[in-house]
Amino acid sequence: MNTPVLSRRIAFGGLGALIVTLTSPGDAAAQAPGPAPAASPPAPIPPLPTRLSSYVAVNADGRVTAFFGKVDVGQGLDTAIAQFVAEELDVAPGRVDVVMGDSARCVDQGGASNASGVSEGSQPLRHAAAEARLILLELAAARLGVPVAQLSTRDGEVLLTAEPARRVSYADLVAGRTLETELRWNGRFGNALNVQGRAGLKPVSDFRVIGTGQPRRDVADKAFGSFDFAGDARLPGMLHARMIRPPVAGSEPEAVDESSVRDIPGVRVVWRRGFLAVAAPREWDAVRARTALRVTWMRVAPPFPDQAGLYDLIRATPARTTNRQLNEGDVDAAVAGAARVITADYEYPFQSHSSMGPGVGLAHVTADGARVWTGTQKPHSVRDGVARLLNLPRERVHSVWMQGPGSYGRNDAGDAALDAAFLSRELGAPVRVQYTREEGHGWDIKSPATVHRMRAAIGADGRVLALEHLSKGFSRTGVATGEADPRDSMAGMMMGQMVHAADTFLFPGNYIPWHAYNVPSKRMEWQVIPPPMDRASPLRTGHLRDPCGPELIFAGEGFLDEVAHAVGQDALAFRLAHSAEPRDAAVLRAAAERFGWESRVSGSRGGTDDVVRGRGVSLSRRDGSHVALVAEVEVNRRTGHARATRLVAAHDCGLIVNPVGLRRTVEAGLIYALSRTMHEEVTFSRDNVTSVDWEHYPILDITDAPRSVEVVLIDRPDRRSTGAGEPMVRSVAAAVANAFFDATGVRIRRVPFTADRVKATLASV
Amino acid sequence: MDTRISFELDGQTCAVTADPEMPLLYALRDDLGLDNPRFGCGLGQCGACTVHIDGQAVRSCITPVSAAEGHKVTTLAGLGTPDRPHPLQTAWVQEEVPQCGYCTNGWIMTAAAYLRANPKATDDQIREALTGLKCRCGTHMAVLRAVRRAADAMG
Repeated sequence: MNTPVLSRRIAFGGLGALIVTLTSPGDAAAQAPGPAPAASPPAPIPPLPTRLSSYVAVNADGRVTAFFGKVDVGQGLDTAIAQFVAEELDVAPGRVDVVMGDSARCVDQGGASNASGVSEGSQPLRHAAAEARLILLELAAARLGVPVAQLSTRDGEVLLTAEPARRVSYADLVAGRTLETELRWNGRFGNALNVQGRAGLKPVSDFRVIGTGQPRRDVADKAFGSFDFAGDARLPGMLHARMIRPPVAGSEPEAVDESSVRDIPGVRVVWRRGFLAVAAPREWDAVRARTALRVTWMRVAPPFPDQAGLYDLIRATPARTTNRQLNEGDVDAAVAGAARVITADYEYPFQSHSSMGPGVGLAHVTADGARVWTGTQKPHSVRDGVARLLNLPRERVHSVWMQGPGSYGRNDAGDAALDAAFLSRELGAPVRVQYTREEGHGWDIKSPATVHRMRAAIGADGRVLALEHLSKGFSRTGVATGEADPRDSMAGMMMGQMVHAADTFLFPGNYIPWHAYNVPSKRMEWQVIPPPMDRASPLRTGHLRDPCGPELIFAGEGFLDEVAHAVGQDALAFRLAHSAEPRDAAVLRAAAERFGWESRVSGSRGGTDDVVRGRGVSLSRRDGSHVALVAEVEVNRRTGHARATRLVAAHDCGLIVNPVGLRRTVEAGLIYALSRTMHEEVTFSRDNVTSVDWEHYPILDITDAPRSVEVVLIDRPDRRSTGAGEPMVRSVAAAVANAFFDATGVRIRRVPFTADRVKATLASV
Repeated sequence: MDTRISFELDGQTCAVTADPEMPLLYALRDDLGLDNPRFGCGLGQCGACTVHIDGQAVRSCITPVSAAEGHKVTTLAGLGTPDRPHPLQTAWVQEEVPQCGYCTNGWIMTAAAYLRANPKATDDQIREALTGLKCRCGTHMAVLRAVRRAADAMG
């Protein structure tokens, strides 16, 4: 029995809203942790958002299972969720198992999204756990014949507060039944989903588990080679498939010569317009068939502009959407009356997810429905996308999430799942699609290239009168953040569907650098231009870790450094003097103190050595989290080699849930962002993306990793926990660029800071 | 032309019948049912597929299965177990190195082969020994701490 089904629920009755129901044998499987076993036919019934058992179950052995409708992509979010549930239920965190992202067992909480796993995702789990505890108290009250008020809970037991020897364990109270009650649901799915029962939440002052370092649950399995990633899911009778993508983006096969692969055992070809795949029982045969298959491609006009002129093209292309994000005071009047006006252009390239493993997905489609195994960040979206692609009711689609090979937003994992689902239906067998490295780099979703025109007005007395930031580029949602609509998938687009992009850069309420500073007049405006291709584009744009953050802060905090220099002030002192928010000032001071910041005007030291050193600072916020970063940079002026030798970050995300996991996450996120800053740029010809492997899309090598990365965590128990998976990413490019100026006296305003770019930048002055 | 190829895998004798040019990675994953090593690039560029052949770290995605004939192949799962861990595995757990963890085989298997030959390695030598391996999540600093910790434990 491995198909999750709803249990036959029999009212236990007599306790108001409380219903304790008997458990059918099927529930044991439904509540078991870990990936759903391979099975067909699928008959998934999505858990109801109004039921306690959809979030938390206390099992017969006293262990607790939490059902979490988001997923962990390597930061230990499941550990944090276990802490929340353990805290509210008063059990040891090690007794809580967390099932994540299974569309038949977890309510749709939106998957991994916007670094909201703790800030929003924990909420319904906390409320459900608190409600479960209340029910256990009521069961114990009936059992012991005392009022609830005389009882307390501790470590999986209910005990008489005045007489702790009189106690009963949760396991005894539940006795194999299902704890069930109705919860008030806020009517939302996705990030904002929440529920509320009769129980209140535990006050922060009573926390015993939240705030303590708890070990990650997946680390040992990963270290001993026993962890199952999405690519490890297999089914009997499975076919291995490889996709074949066009050499010129936008081209479709004109002819496919199946005789060219006839000598490879069991090869089958699936071709629908631009969608072309080979499949075989043996993986190596699929690999060989992908190379051997003779395809005649339509001749099409080269779809892309000359990359050398990309930023000028963005500036020259009429905007399709314009949005004024911020407009305070009167920037135009300030500029007109200024003693000095300084301007600068900042430029940020297309970047690629290029996850460690390219997209992979397994699907089994039968007459009864479809089941897919996927490493997508949004398994419920994949469920909906597969349902639409195959024209199935979504109740007949089961999306089983397993961790993918690295995930930083909308990467290619869900695309592979939809490809697999289509192929499984066409081939009548389970199909595993493994993308190649070339697809993982070349055909994944890119972060949008953008340009930023910056302007500041400075008065005769040296005061800053106005700051202006105009961003322009491709949409951050050229395809949607999830795979729920096949038009946003490779399968849909390759079969001819046009993208249905939304023109977005910032969303309402998003942080922009000017928010942090007291300046009389401030303006921020963004413009979106149309993409170069309207379908199946390897330059289609979407969410990459901290969408639009790195480019926004690179330009804003880089330019702010220029303003500080223009008025002859120390970069840190200038920020503190204009700071509008105590939490900003606190992270700035904490980072500067740890670093040992010496106050002076940047870029003032000169010298004739080949190797020069400097330090720079940046400040940023993201959805309530605050980050200050000080970077120390070493630049070889002869070779152009630039290296960040030391990073010191101060990080404030409110109440800290797990300081050990948080420290690791911030440290790794800084290195990830350093890689994007120093190395990463998608390259393309007129025909297609050309940065299709690690040689052509280099990332930070361990020999170039800093000598030291230090993270100062600021805990604020009086503030709600906000996101920690993304805020550090945006802080890096600006701090490194500002340090580069301090070292060389030259501004570097285009990412990445490769040796060629550094040499060209130094030669330009 | 499929050929029978025999080798020792994590201490057990095994055989596959396969195209001798097929990369060892596919034999390990598909014919022998291992979940590690991992497919990362198929180009020998990232290290996620790294195994040992007779103690030397090789990229199994570009090593033909025929190269394993008669040799000892060790994977991450055979390097050590939770009961008898390799010092690097112990250090990996203590330092909580992984984020996604897909790159783990590359780092541990490469470092294990290197430290066996160079037990007194300096920090800079360790970096040089690990150059070229990829980690997309940015765990570089944790990798270095763990390798240092393991080297100290082994030394």
